[in-house]
Amino acid sequence: MQAVLRAGLRYLPLLFLALAWEAVTRLNLVDTAALPPLSKVAVAWIDLIRGGELIDNAKASLYRGSVGLLLAIFGGGGLGLLMARWRLLDIFVNPLVELFYPLPKSALIPVTVLWLGFGDASKILLIFLGCMIPVTIGAYNGARGSDHALVWSARSMGANRLRMMWDVILPSALPELLNGIRTALALAFILLVSSELIVSQQGFGYLIGYLGATGSYEGMYAVALTVAFLGFAADRIYQLFMQWLLAWRE
Amino acid sequence: MARVDDTASLAGAEARISRDAARRLDVVFRSGAGIFSIVVLLIAWEAFARSGKVTAFMLPPFSAVAQRIYADAVTGELWRNLGLTMFRALTGFVIASTCGITLGTIMARSRTVRWFFDPIISVGFPMPKIAFLPIIILWLGLYDVSKISVVIFEAIFPVVTATLAGLAGVERELIWSGRNMGASERELMWQVALPAALPQILTGLQVALPIALIVAIIAEMAMGGYGLGGAMMSASRFADSRGVFAGIVEIAIVGYALIKALAFIRGRLLVWHQESAEQH
Repeated sequence: MQAVLRAGLRYLPLLFLALAWEAVTRLNLVDTAALPPLSKVAVAWIDLIRGGELIDNAKASLYRGSVGLLLAIFGGGGLGLLMARWRLLDIFVNPLVELFYPLPKSALIPVTVLWLGFGDASKILLIFLGCMIPVTIGAYNGARGSDHALVWSARSMGANRLRMMWDVILPSALPELLNGIRTALALAFILLVSSELIVSQQGFGYLIGYLGATGSYEGMYAVALTVAFLGFAADRIYQLFMQWLLAWRE
Repeated sequence: MARVDDTASLAGAEARISRDAARRLDVVFRSGAGIFSIVVLLIAWEAFARSGKVTAFMLPPFSAVAQRIYADAVTGELWRNLGLTMFRALTGFVIASTCGITLGTIMARSRTVRWFFDPIISVGFPMPKIAFLPIIILWLGLYDVSKISVVIFEAIFPVVTATLAGLAGVERELIWSGRNMGASERELMWQVALPAALPQILTGLQVALPIALIVAIIAEMAMGGYGLGGAMMSASRFADSRGVFAGIVEIAIVGYALIKALAFIRGRLLVWHQESAEQH
């Protein structure tokens, strides 16, 4: 009971904001065309769910986002681990990673469109390329920091390269690798929504842009808030997953 | 006893010198390898583009892209776009940094302000705020004000969280001894707490800067109005693939330069701090 009360008190400011939003629009303090009342936004949200638009576009976005992110996690994580273990690869690939790390990833949007058009494939490639580097750097730093004594003792006990990677390097690289993936998760949402806003015929970003262009601002607010909430929820769920996965370290 | 110490320190010094030499050699080797890999990448790009396996539309050769950049530099197009993008990204970044550090400091000092903003910051930080882009366009139009606002909106969160965490991590002993020596609250903040929190605040800024660049370019792509992002988008609309690749190369160089510059400033500001001693 007390925990519920404390959580309620903690998130009370958000409720205030919501009430303030409703109040200023009901009292006509702002132009309701630019800021529709929150209650109307909620009604629009229900309509969008009923009409199926929100669900259909959500499916398209989630498919693109999850495939792109999974490719980035496996590709980037694998590359980072290999770089940490294989000096030659490190020396020659690390400069390229450093070169592409500061590249503002949104610059890739027009290139992926040029290569793969307006559909799913270009978004998946964009998210893969954009999210790979943070995962690579996390895996690399984590694996480089793994305890030499552990590596040596595993080797002396006759572990082969593959076993070593799986049983020793990966677990000790895990905390930093997981942090890299968290950055990638946030980046994936930004890249997905913005690329859909700019060039797409499907997805959350497209729906927001479409509703805005046709003047149904309640719907536009509803979808934008949905995406924002999904991004927040994904991060919180991922954090719980991280804690669960790292519980053995305690 | 003293003799033993001497030999020990002598051996230590020798070991340090040879380790330093090895490290320097490693640095030279690594930077050589770095330039080598970048040159190999560019040659591979050129060769692959000319091999006929891809069309010049899919991948124009690097030499053609370089020529395009040069031509844009001569006509002044490049500098105008570059200036606009830098102006939008950096203005947004500076405003986000100032407001973020101020808000973080006030939150660290006032319980009420902290209670109010804490859930907003912790819920808002992981949200993809770029989804509100069309709403910001609706409110503020398509010009620089709205582009800069989007940048601020995305970039301010890491600054606030870093400032809060930095100030929370300042050792109490520092504050107590400052207070004992008669420092006023204002002096404590400016001369003790903020400098002690500076490394973390700078880390926050180093997270915010790439975000500012990413968002400035997205805003230019979505709203038009020149800038490097806008130029890339119009090149893409006109199927001008050289223009698109020229944009990527230009944006990559700008991003690299800005991020290195901020890392350099960090080193300068933290000369007094332990972390710069560890690097030398």
